[in-house]
Amino acid sequence: MNSIIRNAGALIFGLTLLVAPGSVLAADGDLNGANTAWILTSTALVLFMTLPGLALFYGGLVQSKNVLSVMMHCFAVACLASLLWLFGVYSLAFSEGNAFIGGLSKAFLSGVGWDSLSGDIPESVFFMFQMTFAIITPGLIVGAYPERMKFSAVLMFSALWLVFVYAPVAHWVWGGGWLAEMGVMDFAGGIVVHTTAGISAIVVVKMLGNRNGFPRHLRPPHNPGMTMMGAAMLWVGWFGFNAGSALAADGNAGMAMTVTHISAATASLVWVAIEWIKFGKPSLVGIVTGMVAGLATITPASGFVGPAGGFLIGLSGGMICYYAVLYVKHKLEIDDSLDVFAVHGVGGILGSLMVAFLALPSFGGSGLADGVTPVSQLGVQVIGIAATVVWSIVFSWIILKLTSSVCGLRVTDDEITEGLDLAAHGERGYTL
Amino acid sequence: MQMVMAIIKPFKLDAVRDALTDVGIQGLTVSEAKGYGRQKGQTEIYRGAEYAIDFVPKVRLEIVVDDDQVSQTVDAIRSAALTEKIGDGKIFVWPIGQAMRIRTAETGPDAL
Repeated sequence: MNSIIRNAGALIFGLTLLVAPGSVLAADGDLNGANTAWILTSTALVLFMTLPGLALFYGGLVQSKNVLSVMMHCFAVACLASLLWLFGVYSLAFSEGNAFIGGLSKAFLSGVGWDSLSGDIPESVFFMFQMTFAIITPGLIVGAYPERMKFSAVLMFSALWLVFVYAPVAHWVWGGGWLAEMGVMDFAGGIVVHTTAGISAIVVVKMLGNRNGFPRHLRPPHNPGMTMMGAAMLWVGWFGFNAGSALAADGNAGMAMTVTHISAATASLVWVAIEWIKFGKPSLVGIVTGMVAGLATITPASGFVGPAGGFLIGLSGGMICYYAVLYVKHKLEIDDSLDVFAVHGVGGILGSLMVAFLALPSFGGSGLADGVTPVSQLGVQVIGIAATVVWSIVFSWIILKLTSSVCGLRVTDDEITEGLDLAAHGERGYTL
Repeated sequence: MQMVMAIIKPFKLDAVRDALTDVGIQGLTVSEAKGYGRQKGQTEIYRGAEYAIDFVPKVRLEIVVDDDQVSQTVDAIRSAALTEKIGDGKIFVWPIGQAMRIRTAETGPDAL
């Protein structure tokens, strides 16, 4: 009898919720439950991109004796970035400051309580969502230096890089800084994430040196299947990355997800088609690399373009990133080992340029701001990209000089021969 | 008694095993091996870059047979492992001094 009363009570309470959602929301001020739920979900999706997506994607592409070291880099950078985000990087990026950098008023989430809102979602959720971007960005750079960088150098470089490269650029574009004032369009990180990471990758390689044996005596990827599994997780996680960047559960998010998917599928097929024509065989590593190129390229444009734009961006991203890989590795002979610049940097920049045109309603896009022409928008995009490129080069170089003098960048040749799994971490990936 | 050792393409193992069973071979030892011959390894292409695979994966068979079984064993392996493409492998034969079945201590051809 008691349980029946309890159940009836619960039923009535549930019905009240169903018929009066407005009153429930009103009690929480301006908080929007639907938006909050979606950004909570997106946060998990974007963390999933790094752990384990990126770790598996990169892990499969290196030699079997270095697989754990690459996974370790991704994991450790994720932990480190999380703490730094709390300690002050979030505040530098997103709190009130000047046009170039935020202040430290929100360091340690000072003043951010249970009820603090960012827009119509809790600020704690916004903090976490943006944290996952700060995790994956230095994580992407792991692909530039595997199989030869000291673990201590990885940690020191990544930490300083978040403070001196990621935080300022995120503030310029997303934190109300000077590029935001100019109206730069970067929906989910073509500039903030992919340009910074891609450019810095090249700087790291120039200072660290190529892998021993590059370019003619390298070992092939040890586990392309692992790479495919990681890539597939990246694709799924990218829904949170791009559609989550709408910061709402609305049509903007839905269209961002749609174009993200279209671009990824298109670029995958473009990449593998080029391979098929050139080398006679369509490869798994090729199709998944094309997928990443398509996703990186659509990222800045994802909330602004329609399906046609998504298709065109996937087409261009797949093709241009493919040739960028060949150019960087074969012509320039820069051993950006897992093609961070050619895929993420080039893709991010390309998408950031194309959005100026593809955002037009005639391409099915959401339109440009009042009084803005595609050409003037393109000018703003070029300024944003150029400033980010220069800043990333200069500060990555300074940070690497400092890291080099404190702990050195490169492990010894003996350690490279032994493999970083055993030499640096005392473990082996495979015991057969 | 003779040792017949064959280096074959890994995907031909099942066909070779069936062929050997058909000619009455009672047992063989298989191990994974790597090596190169006149083909000098092969190349694989990832992201547009060619990687030299200096040692190609192979399967090594070891079979000890009585003298009168040698030619049919060799023929069975060859016909089953043949693809007529480069890298089909090689067969080596040499004499065996002694054999013993550990469980029963039988020696010579009885131990095979």
